[in-house]
Amino acid sequence: MLTFILRRIGQSALVLLIVGLVAFAMFRFVGDPVDNMLGQERTLEDVERLKEQLGLDRPFPVQYFKFLEEAVQGNFGVSYRQGREVSEILLERAPATLELAAVSAIFAILLGIALGVYTAIRRDGFIANFIMSTSLIGVSLPTFLIGILLIYLFSVELNWLPSFGRGDVVDLGGWTTGLLTASGLKSLVLPSITLGLYQMTLIMRLVRSEMLEVLRQDYIRFARARGLSDRVIHFRHALKNTMVPVVTIIGLQLGAIIAFAIITETVFQWPGMGLLFINAIQFVDIPVMAAYLMLISVMFVGINLLVDILYAFIDPRLRVAGK
Amino acid sequence: MSDLSEIETPSRLRRMLDSDLFYAFRRSPVAMVSTLVALLLILSAVFAPLVATTNPFDPASLNLMNGFTPPMEPNAFTGESFLLGTDDQGRDVYSTILYGMRISLFVGVTAVLFAMVLGIVLGLLAGYVGGWTDTIIMRAADVQLTFPSILVAMLIFGIAKGITPIEYRDQMAIWVLILAIGLSDWVQFARVVRGATMVEKGKDYVAAAHLIGRPSLSIMLRHILPNVLSPVLVIATISLALAIIAEATLSFLGVGAPPTQPSLGTLIRIGQQFLFSGEWWILFFPACTLLVLALSVNLLGDWLRDALNPRLK
Amino acid sequence: MTEAILSIRNVTVEIPTRHGIFKPVKNVSYDIKPGEIRGVVGESGAGKSMTGNAVIGLLDDPAYISEGEIWLKGRRIDNLPAEEKRRIRGKEISMIFQDPLTSLNPLFTVGEQLVETIQLHLNLGASEAKARAIALLDAVAIPNPEERFNQYPHQFSGGMRQRVVIALALCSEPSVIVADEPTTALDVSIQAQVLDLIKSLARERSIGVILVTHDMGVIADTTEQVTVMYAGEVVEMGTTDQVLGAPQHPYTQSLIAAVPRPHKKRHRFPQVSYGGRETVFKIDDLARNWPQSEPSKSGKMLEVKGLTKRFVEKSSIIPSRTTYFTAVDNVSFDIRDGEVFGIVGESGSGKSTVARMIATLHKTDGGQILFDGEDVTAMDAQQLAGYRKQIQMIFQDPFSSLNPRMKVGDIVAEPLIHHKILPKGQTDARVRELLDKVGLARGADQKYPHEFSGGQRQRISIARAIATQPRFLICDEPTSALDVSIQAQILNILKDLQEYLGLTMLFISHDLPVVRQMCDRVAVMKSGQLIEVNDAETLFEAPEHPYTAELLTLMPHLAQLDEA
Repeated sequence: MLTFILRRIGQSALVLLIVGLVAFAMFRFVGDPVDNMLGQERTLEDVERLKEQLGLDRPFPVQYFKFLEEAVQGNFGVSYRQGREVSEILLERAPATLELAAVSAIFAILLGIALGVYTAIRRDGFIANFIMSTSLIGVSLPTFLIGILLIYLFSVELNWLPSFGRGDVVDLGGWTTGLLTASGLKSLVLPSITLGLYQMTLIMRLVRSEMLEVLRQDYIRFARARGLSDRVIHFRHALKNTMVPVVTIIGLQLGAIIAFAIITETVFQWPGMGLLFINAIQFVDIPVMAAYLMLISVMFVGINLLVDILYAFIDPRLRVAGK
Repeated sequence: MSDLSEIETPSRLRRMLDSDLFYAFRRSPVAMVSTLVALLLILSAVFAPLVATTNPFDPASLNLMNGFTPPMEPNAFTGESFLLGTDDQGRDVYSTILYGMRISLFVGVTAVLFAMVLGIVLGLLAGYVGGWTDTIIMRAADVQLTFPSILVAMLIFGIAKGITPIEYRDQMAIWVLILAIGLSDWVQFARVVRGATMVEKGKDYVAAAHLIGRPSLSIMLRHILPNVLSPVLVIATISLALAIIAEATLSFLGVGAPPTQPSLGTLIRIGQQFLFSGEWWILFFPACTLLVLALSVNLLGDWLRDALNPRLK
Repeated sequence: MTEAILSIRNVTVEIPTRHGIFKPVKNVSYDIKPGEIRGVVGESGAGKSMTGNAVIGLLDDPAYISEGEIWLKGRRIDNLPAEEKRRIRGKEISMIFQDPLTSLNPLFTVGEQLVETIQLHLNLGASEAKARAIALLDAVAIPNPEERFNQYPHQFSGGMRQRVVIALALCSEPSVIVADEPTTALDVSIQAQVLDLIKSLARERSIGVILVTHDMGVIADTTEQVTVMYAGEVVEMGTTDQVLGAPQHPYTQSLIAAVPRPHKKRHRFPQVSYGGRETVFKIDDLARNWPQSEPSKSGKMLEVKGLTKRFVEKSSIIPSRTTYFTAVDNVSFDIRDGEVFGIVGESGSGKSTVARMIATLHKTDGGQILFDGEDVTAMDAQQLAGYRKQIQMIFQDPFSSLNPRMKVGDIVAEPLIHHKILPKGQTDARVRELLDKVGLARGADQKYPHEFSGGQRQRISIARAIATQPRFLICDEPTSALDVSIQAQILNILKDLQEYLGLTMLFISHDLPVVRQMCDRVAVMKSGQLIEVNDAETLFEAPEHPYTAELLTLMPHLAQLDEA
């Protein structure tokens, strides 16, 4: 068990190093950082000075190491476009994205699992078939269209909910939250449905197919042969076995939610990291791109690590094998 | 042995028509309708110049006076009438959709083909050769899988944009888009092909080929590859829907197809500006087309997965 | 005469399919009395398992009982509502499945699964249920039941898991147990123990057992009554001694004739001619064109010296921390020109690994393989090509040994084309000829493997194997996936190949009677090591090693058969 977790942590560290390399390579080779920082009016001395300052004259591994060192301290340099510290901008934007992602994830996971189990058990039922057919529309509808649709319906036509922004926010020692004000909560409704709907559909379809797969297994047949009731078979035996593969995928989906927040934030002009990132891409603002990449990878890797540990707790085969 | 001619050898077509897959197809109205719709859309996109009323990207055919004409109503100034209305620059929405779908489909299909070939090659290698080759390929896949494909695509797009000189950006945009979507999607194929390859590799027909002395390459291509293709077909179909959506999403966000070559996503991006001022048709029709296109491909993929999965029968 | 506890009366099961209604079970009737074991025997597709599923009310959709009645202790149960049927399952009628590895939920401890079943059927508190669970584990002879109670299924071996499955079936003292091939997935030694357990439990607890099996040995050693099924119908029924000793129905007669006898060697297997069309193997034609194989220099075609194979058990980046499992440990033997050399052993004994090393499908980790005096392990690519032309192999599973996406003609042509045996243009004719010789109908070359039965596929494998006119043939469990009547046909073909074409053969099998019928000399393997090598008759009559002797006692006796 311990070796398993240690190995996982090792792998996560490796992933972060690779991502760091990508981010660094971007920083170093995409466009000329000196060009980008100094603009048109510059002297040769300026260039030399900046090169030395940035350490661009030193060998590649040294530069990479320096980059990592800076990155660990949260220092990603200055945004080409805004001229402010990247870490400062990101920190300011993070709460908005994280709150949106968390609310969407809870919505997607709870509803996704419940509907998935329901449609698997009532496989041929009318409602289950209806949900399945509707879910295909859900998968075929791009997130941004869902957003536009919801805005048109609930903001423009019905005028119930705000169509953009976070509403009023409360500052809790550097963390701005929209969860404590009525307008903040109202503003959260449409974006989180938009963001969560697609993931919900995916989780639901996954739970359904995994559960159907489990229900075909011999041990379920044997459980039936022992006379266990459908309820015990479905919710005690099948559900637990279904969750083993589902947990991993849900971990990946959580990562996806943070990434898809980019789209939702664009549609709803939600002042989060995603909106920042998409603007950075359009203006090739490399420091912001690199920092966003690093930050988001730390989150993904962390989530995956947690999921792996959780996985080991569900599956006794892993628990014992790792002893 | 002289009367070999009397043996009835069923033709390929006959075999196909007799197959369980085709039988299942004929019994599924959903599969038939979605195939029909998908085919219709694909054909009208391919033959867009013949089906469209105007070429919306030929400046000569445009008349700004025709801007914002609602569908099926004569324009207040010119009196011209358009089936699905016109956009702000007076372009016929019906024609822009056809041309837009052309771009969307081209990007989608090419990206999926690219991802498929890459995934099959890497998956076969990983599964067949095993050892370090497998470890390296699958670790790379794992790392990439940690990152949602849309993010990977954006990143590749961003990097490519940084590398290409400004004057080529618009020209290159479509190809960058294909590369971005394709590179973000190969993992699916590689994982499935690797898994199936490992199963097939353990089967005795591969051992038999080995024993005959066939070289590894020919075992991989002639023996294993044909046996791992049916899951690839399912993934390719579903990936096509995903790629079309991804392309639309990227273009909608402004990091995809350039305004000079608008895809369905670009059209929706344009249309969104006018939705709240009442010109709903500029957004509505491209959005519907996108939905119907993705839905029909998805339905087909969903059906194909069930039909090819022997355990569900 | 005691009353029957379970009575199956004229049951027919229907499955609607694309090609019309299929009846896997037709008008089947039989009874089970308390404490009695009734064997239900037949080849695959005979409908024997389907009848068992019908009894316990677990027919898979869309199969259903269209006619007939099932009575349990004077109560009709086939037409009960689903909820009532469920109450009977596990309480009155229990079931044991074939594969113990998949019958238990991997995520729950053995104890949890037992307690849940006990509490469902008997009104017991938690501690009483636990006590009963431990008593049951003890009853099925699982050592340390208290400790085992808290373990997960993956911590049990296959045989132990099947015992747990039996304990689960016994939870509420059922009156009937349906055992569907309960020992097919187990090794012979474990198989005997599990069957003994079932026997004694049935006697002590007066449980009626329906034992579904394809194995005549299991029937002969375990059952008192037997029902023979063929194509969904009961063809013969009676006491085991009577049916096996003096079969009345032609199908039973042919079936019993085809069973390999453990205690005396016969020249050929009697062919089963019931039902299927007789397919002939045209050995004379083949022999006419077969090249006279040159005798090897020493009279020994193959010499194996100190052969060793290790598999990585747990890999590690640090080489010294990688642990290995020695599958084949310093094995030496030789095979003389023209003989059939057998290797027997239980699963995991390393016998197939030896065969695969000789076939160059595995690399060796030590030792030599000398073919006609030349070391195969040291050959270069060109020499290997020459070697491969002279050896061929027939595999166990006829469903995986032919590429499903290739036409049969292309499969057989592949070795011909690869070794450039014939000029272009003659290959097709040769392929058709080969397929004709092994007894396949014309046009077979244009079909795909899935259009053939298991026995026919094995014939295709043989055609592929003899296409290059090899000198040495490796047969790795060539008939263990086949029904006994088909097995007889295939084994006869192999005998012909050896006799008429002078092929030398390595014959791998776990089935001792088959080995006795096929082999001239036999080697016994156990956990990677070679235990004993001897002439077949000597080995079977007077084994030297105690392990060999033990294996022989586990053979089914089939004494009743030889009265026939």
